[in-house]
Amino acid sequence: MSIKLSTRQVGDVTVVDVAGRITLGEGSSTMRDTLRDMVAKGQKKILLNLGEVSYIDSSGIGELVSGFTTVTNQGGQLKLLGLTKRVKDLLQITKLYTVFDVHDDEAHAIRSF
Amino acid sequence: MNRDMHGDPTVVDTFLESTLESVDRAEELVLDAAKKAGINEDDALSLGMAVRECAVNAVVHGNRYNLNKKVHLTIARDPEKLTIRIVDQGEGFDLQNLPDPLAEENLLRHSGRGIFIIRAFTDDFSVRRLEPAGTEVTMVKNLGS
Repeated sequence: MSIKLSTRQVGDVTVVDVAGRITLGEGSSTMRDTLRDMVAKGQKKILLNLGEVSYIDSSGIGELVSGFTTVTNQGGQLKLLGLTKRVKDLLQITKLYTVFDVHDDEAHAIRSF
Repeated sequence: MNRDMHGDPTVVDTFLESTLESVDRAEELVLDAAKKAGINEDDALSLGMAVRECAVNAVVHGNRYNLNKKVHLTIARDPEKLTIRIVDQGEGFDLQNLPDPLAEENLLRHSGRGIFIIRAFTDDFSVRRLEPAGTEVTMVKNLGS
C-alpha cells in the first residue's frame, strides 16, 4: 500500500487519518495536495493521525514540515497524533520532534487546539 | 563467487532504470540481503531507508530520471560487513557544500535530509566522483555488532 488519507471533523478540528507509506512519489504528493486543499478551504486546526503510517522517508518528512509551515503561516495549527516508533525516531534524529506538537491520545490532542 | 571492483564477494550486481520503481527495488534487494546476513529487523529497515535515500539521489538528482542513464547497484558481503554501492551517471555533488539539516535555520526546510539519514543509518559512508561523469556512493553496515 502506498498511502491512504481520509478526513473527519471533530468539532472544529479536522482529523486526517493517514495510512501506508509517505515516500517520494504518490505518497508525498498525496499528502501535499491534501494539506494544500485543507488550507485553501480555510481549515486551520488540523490533526494528522499517523498511527497507521508504516514508513516515511525524507521526502515525507519534507511534506510534514511544509504542511506545518503553510498552516502556521495562515494562522492555523497542525499537530501530530499517534507516531509509530520508527516515525518518532526519525523525527527525533532530525530534531523535528520538538518542532511539532505531538500527541498519543486523540481526545487530548483535540482539546489542545 | 563474483567479486565487486573492490574485491568483496557480491550478492547483488544489477543495473536499474532511472525511475522511482527502481528506488523501491533497490530497497527490497538490500532488505533481502540484510535479512540473509542476519541483521535484525530494526537495523535492516534503517539500512533499507539509507539505501532508499541514496537511490532517490541517484535517480532524481544524479540521473534526473533520464532513461538513457542507469543506476548500478552492488551489494557485497563478507564476514564482517555488508557493503552497498550505488553509482549514477550524473554530474555529481559536493558533500562539503550541503547545508546542515540540523542547523536552526535549516530545520524547517522542505528538503536536504537525505544524506543526513544515510549517515545516521550506516556505519560508514563515502562518496567518490567518477570520470568523466557519475558518482559512486558506498555505504557499509557492520555485521555482528
